[in-house]
Amino acid sequence: MDIELMLKVYPFFLDAAWVTILLSVLTAILGLICGTLGAAARLSRFALLRFLGVAYVSLFRGTPALIQLFILYFGGPQIGIQLDAFEAGVIGLGINAGAYMTETIRGAIIAIDKGQREAARTLGLSSWQSTYKVILPQAARLMVRPLGVNLNMLIKATALVAAISVIELTYTAQRYIGSTYKPFEMFLLAGVLYMIIIYATGRGVAWLDRKVRIT
Amino acid sequence: MSDPKQFVEIRHAQKSFGDLEVLKDISLTVERGQIVGIIGSSGSGKSTLLRAINDLDPLTGGEVWLDGTQVNKKLPHRQYEAHINAMRQQVGMVFQHFNLFPHMTARENVIMAPMLLKGISREEADRLAEEQLDKVGMLERIDYYPTQLSGGQKQRVAIARALAMKPKLMLFDEATSALDPELVEEVNLVMKKLAEEDMTMIIVTHEMDFAASVCDRVLFMDQGVVVEEGPPSVLFKTPTQDRTRAFLRKHLEGAA
Repeated sequence: MDIELMLKVYPFFLDAAWVTILLSVLTAILGLICGTLGAAARLSRFALLRFLGVAYVSLFRGTPALIQLFILYFGGPQIGIQLDAFEAGVIGLGINAGAYMTETIRGAIIAIDKGQREAARTLGLSSWQSTYKVILPQAARLMVRPLGVNLNMLIKATALVAAISVIELTYTAQRYIGSTYKPFEMFLLAGVLYMIIIYATGRGVAWLDRKVRIT
Repeated sequence: MSDPKQFVEIRHAQKSFGDLEVLKDISLTVERGQIVGIIGSSGSGKSTLLRAINDLDPLTGGEVWLDGTQVNKKLPHRQYEAHINAMRQQVGMVFQHFNLFPHMTARENVIMAPMLLKGISREEADRLAEEQLDKVGMLERIDYYPTQLSGGQKQRVAIARALAMKPKLMLFDEATSALDPELVEEVNLVMKKLAEEDMTMIIVTHEMDFAASVCDRVLFMDQGVVVEEGPPSVLFKTPTQDRTRAFLRKHLEGAA
């Protein structure tokens, strides 16, 4: 193993890791927005919205994220969507992550005992008041850990955007392999940095979960 | 329309879940200040009837009136929502499983609805919380979360929460059924106190002794109908119907 080489290229990988982190953060934000809207649609009293919610989830969970990215980035210009690689990466992965988060958020909401809504409604609260005063504060606490799982998957999925040439960690590793012919060292370096990012995120999620827990 | 003396009036209540008819043409009136107990085995329809009063389980047919206003009016969705929210503010409900909000302290459980719906200030709300929690003997635990309370304490907080909306009518759906036997009495005492303050109460219960001691009238329900009703002294001592006798025999033996 060429440790010397690894130490030499390491700073470039670190820069690339920041791109991966930025990509992850933006994807997570977009995913949360899409997931919230998706869950609201899935739980709506309007059949059309429920249908759209189900369609969204099945479509984006039912096809490879890589194909979704290719359609957006390579196919987009054909239908008038011009995005640079980074934008396409964030939007493609964000919408994809949102489909998974839709189910996470919906799951946490329906896990709240129905007696909670009944108690709120019998006090005279409207449906929406019951939701935001009683259901969501409890559901939000429940969804911290499963959203952490979504976040973990999403960070790893950012590696896919290497395929549309976003210069992040995986793409950087591939580039350095081209010039060094040392795939073992380069991918190992990338893997270690992914692991650090994911470990730190996991600790953050666990901390948040403890902090918001009721008991 | 309705006789002003009839505070709560249920007319020809009918309720089906698919093919299963759980309420079969029940009519019932409750006067202001009256305390009515509903007894019967599980599946008799007693909880469904109680929950129909604030339209939590809407009836399939028939009408519910409270103080001259029809509760289960047929209205377009938005109008119905506004109407039912206003009606429910006048009716307190206590559940078998308390349904306290676990993310709020006892105080917050009590003041949430009055602050949100009546727009009272935080100072007023705090006074209200102290007053209501004191009434149920829970003032010392005002800033405790539900998980830090026993079942009986939770139920007393739930009663305070309902009372904080200053309801005209209180509905109790097996308020002590989920409690350990030694915790039943503290909740019963609070309910008795409320009864002495002339609150109108409808109480679904499994406890015959309690029903006998606080209720003005007791209804025995079986298979979706009111089989027999009367003052507890009559219903419990000299029931006229076979079904009532069979139920009471089983229940009084079970209790002993």
